[in-house]
Amino acid sequence: MHQRLPVLIFALVMAAIPFIPGVPPFWIVLLNNIGLAALVAMGLVLLTGVGGLTSFGQAAFCGFGAYTTAVLTTAYGFSPWLTLPLSLLVSGIAAVLLGIVTVRLSGHYLPLGTIAWGIGLFYLFSKLEFLGRNDGISGIPPLSIGNFKMLDPGTIYFAIWIGVLISALLTMNLLDSRTGRAIRALRRGHIAGEAFGVQTPRAKLLVFVYAAVLAGLSGWLYAHFQRAANPTPFGAHAGIEYLFIAVVGGAGYVWGAVLGAGIVVVLKEILQSYLPYIFGGQSQLETIVFGILLVVLLQLAPTGVWPWLMAHLPIKPGRKVPDTSLPLAKRERAPATAAALLQIEKARKQFGGVIAVNDVSFDVQAREIVALIGPNGAGKSTTFNLITGVLTTTGGTISVLGHKVDNAPPQEVVKLGVARTFQHVKLVPDMTVLENVAIGAHLRGSSGAVASMFRLDRADEAKLLAEAARQIERVGLGDQIDQLAGSLSLGQQRIVEIARALCVDPLLLLLDEPAAGLRHMEKQRLAALLRQLRDGGMSVLLVEHDMGFVMDLADRIVVLDFGTKIAEGTPAAIKTNPDVIKAYLGATA
Amino acid sequence: MNTTIMLFLLQDGITNGAIYALLGLALVLVFAVTRVILIPQGEFVTFGALSYAVLATGKVPGTAWLAMAMGLVAFALDLFDARRSLRLKRVLRSLALNIVLPAAILALTYGLAGPKTPIAVNIALSLLIVAAIGLFLYRIAFQPIAHTSVLVLLIASVGCHLALQGLGLVFFGAEGLRGPALSNAALTIGPLRFTGQSLAVYGLTIAFIIALWLFFGFTLMGKALRATAVNRLGARLVGIRTTLSGQIAFLLASVIGAISGILIVPITTLYYDTGFLIGLKGFIAAIIGGLVSYPLTAVAALIVGSVEAFSSFYASNFKEVIVFTLILPVLVLRSLAAPAVEEEKD
Repeated sequence: MHQRLPVLIFALVMAAIPFIPGVPPFWIVLLNNIGLAALVAMGLVLLTGVGGLTSFGQAAFCGFGAYTTAVLTTAYGFSPWLTLPLSLLVSGIAAVLLGIVTVRLSGHYLPLGTIAWGIGLFYLFSKLEFLGRNDGISGIPPLSIGNFKMLDPGTIYFAIWIGVLISALLTMNLLDSRTGRAIRALRRGHIAGEAFGVQTPRAKLLVFVYAAVLAGLSGWLYAHFQRAANPTPFGAHAGIEYLFIAVVGGAGYVWGAVLGAGIVVVLKEILQSYLPYIFGGQSQLETIVFGILLVVLLQLAPTGVWPWLMAHLPIKPGRKVPDTSLPLAKRERAPATAAALLQIEKARKQFGGVIAVNDVSFDVQAREIVALIGPNGAGKSTTFNLITGVLTTTGGTISVLGHKVDNAPPQEVVKLGVARTFQHVKLVPDMTVLENVAIGAHLRGSSGAVASMFRLDRADEAKLLAEAARQIERVGLGDQIDQLAGSLSLGQQRIVEIARALCVDPLLLLLDEPAAGLRHMEKQRLAALLRQLRDGGMSVLLVEHDMGFVMDLADRIVVLDFGTKIAEGTPAAIKTNPDVIKAYLGATA
Repeated sequence: MNTTIMLFLLQDGITNGAIYALLGLALVLVFAVTRVILIPQGEFVTFGALSYAVLATGKVPGTAWLAMAMGLVAFALDLFDARRSLRLKRVLRSLALNIVLPAAILALTYGLAGPKTPIAVNIALSLLIVAAIGLFLYRIAFQPIAHTSVLVLLIASVGCHLALQGLGLVFFGAEGLRGPALSNAALTIGPLRFTGQSLAVYGLTIAFIIALWLFFGFTLMGKALRATAVNRLGARLVGIRTTLSGQIAFLLASVIGAISGILIVPITTLYYDTGFLIGLKGFIAAIIGGLVSYPLTAVAALIVGSVEAFSSFYASNFKEVIVFTLILPVLVLRSLAAPAVEEEKD
């Protein structure tokens, strides 16, 4: 409960403010504006700060929410409470349509796309007849409960801030869950998540729609607060301002959105009331100061105010230790058969004129450690990428337990029980070791986003975390379980990757240079672990440059050179193979 | 629709499109060199155009003072950065670039501005002022964060846009301005009348496309600029001064923006905030061109201009909506053709 306590205190303080005698009504209006902006910014925190998708167009989604209720209540006499779900639905549907188009875009295309449709929608709002063109729609009825109408700012205040608090709690719940981990991994690229079964495009669309629905809620509240809707607050500049709020507060933090909204709204108010005195009666001067502040802020404190504030707090939030006794259902293992676990037949990969993998064939049997070695550029990592579906083959077949996987997406390959690590570590540095490893168990849980938001996923979640904690213990990183992955040494990060792969409960473990960056003792411990895994029924295929490590460990070795298999055999045979010696040393010794 | 109307619309579209092409080219240029998505490009347009219009009335535009003020800030930043190794030569160089240059421009503007100043001088002065602003903008806002992600640069870029647009209001007021035409020559072919102004627009656009293509494809400096964009560290290791590359890119972009502004201000009335929309349309062209290809951007800009002209004839209310939604099918095609590539961010 200790995570909830500050939220409860905050809620009580906010609830008390209107009852403090002498609070100017104007402050309540400001607080209402802060709440409305915080809702939109909270969506941006999830979208931009956590998910890495930047949107300048959130104001347009507020517009969908506001205009939906404005039209339905004024022209068709709907009750405002009835339009709430409809407003959210319209914003959500608009987000799905725009999201399908835009979220697949990588990098800077997304923010550019959002600017473009943000402006397009603004003009649409200001030109459509039934939305009242530039004048908008006025005379929107107030929210009411029974005969009590929320007419003055002091009453709708409660509706707004209840909305903010509930949204904040739901967002925090969502982030602290199986789906949340998948979202938090988005920012670091999609390959690692997909290797453990995360449907990246779906996760991106989810945050996009979530952010839009929060914006829609803000728009709905805005319409009933102002009792009017016109295009201006939903234009491009408003969209930019919401992003500004998220960046000021701290784009990765839910409460950063509320803090940022507070800072920006109050600052804007002060600038608007005092700048004209200093510089004479010009309007819009605050945009100059705003723009300059934004540039200065990015140079001085790119992570925002909230993390800075948290770092100065004397109390650090505690964390629950997972109960490792909770079991997680194991994969059904087929009885030992004669068929190979992994069968590669004439696999081929061409990049333009370069043949990275040239008709390579080999197999991995059950309970076997096979090493794939070769000089740099031999095609080892490319072979890994072909097996795990990161790359598609140009020719040949790859099958796992008889299932063809050569053009299957990574999410399908991992379902068959093939888990991997990466040559260049792909962990989320600002997540703890436990959370990173738990991504490995993604496919072994089933709770969705909605279940997570309402905390219906706790039983499922506890089992996943228990499994992750067990695997971390198994690889010997139990002491580091709560540290941020980015704070570990590179060697330890590789071990974390192994723990993550073990969370898949794999039949076949693909390790890309697992021993690089490890000290001698650590390498021996790793070798012991891999042997133990093999004896427990797992197979391992590893790429490694440390010959001592490979020769001691592997049951069989496959040697690649320039994309072609030049040798295969036991360590003893490989050591004396003239082709291998030539490939490594450049001459027949 | 008869052929004459169609020809008129097409002519209108191509003239607008040529301007968008110039801006699109500048955006591609800046992005290719610095990875900055230059939202304030529109402000270069308005600053160029309105400075020219103000000069034509014989007054000194506030932008000349802005260049001076930005120079001072840039100089202060230079001194701060070099505080551990304050060598005279370095200080002098910074002084010359950041203080003497804008001061000279300011003095020149005060000396030359007057009701009888020739158009060519006014144009030269406006270009100088905006070029200095572009140069200092890079130094102040982007050079300190040049190594960060495209996203951070983009947000900074938006900040610059807000600040410059606000300053535009201070300098030029909320009223729109028009400038005198560059030439009164005109040429009639069939039903179409080509003014000297529109011919200048076409000529300059084509000249810039060819010049940029030659510069980036065939000169060492051009290749160095492109190398900076791909890998700053690598470029520095082979001896390219990455700061200089960024400055050159911004200088070129601001000059191109100012020229575009001066070309259109005799045709349409410009307001302090018009540049943003014009710049964004250049953007759409640049995005269609994938932010990499100059010829593709130019073609796309002509399409954007023509679509705008035709939609303003048939559905004038929804002109902007149509132009800005033009980007969506393009983005769909792009996302289908090239699914997301793995990017290492942060």
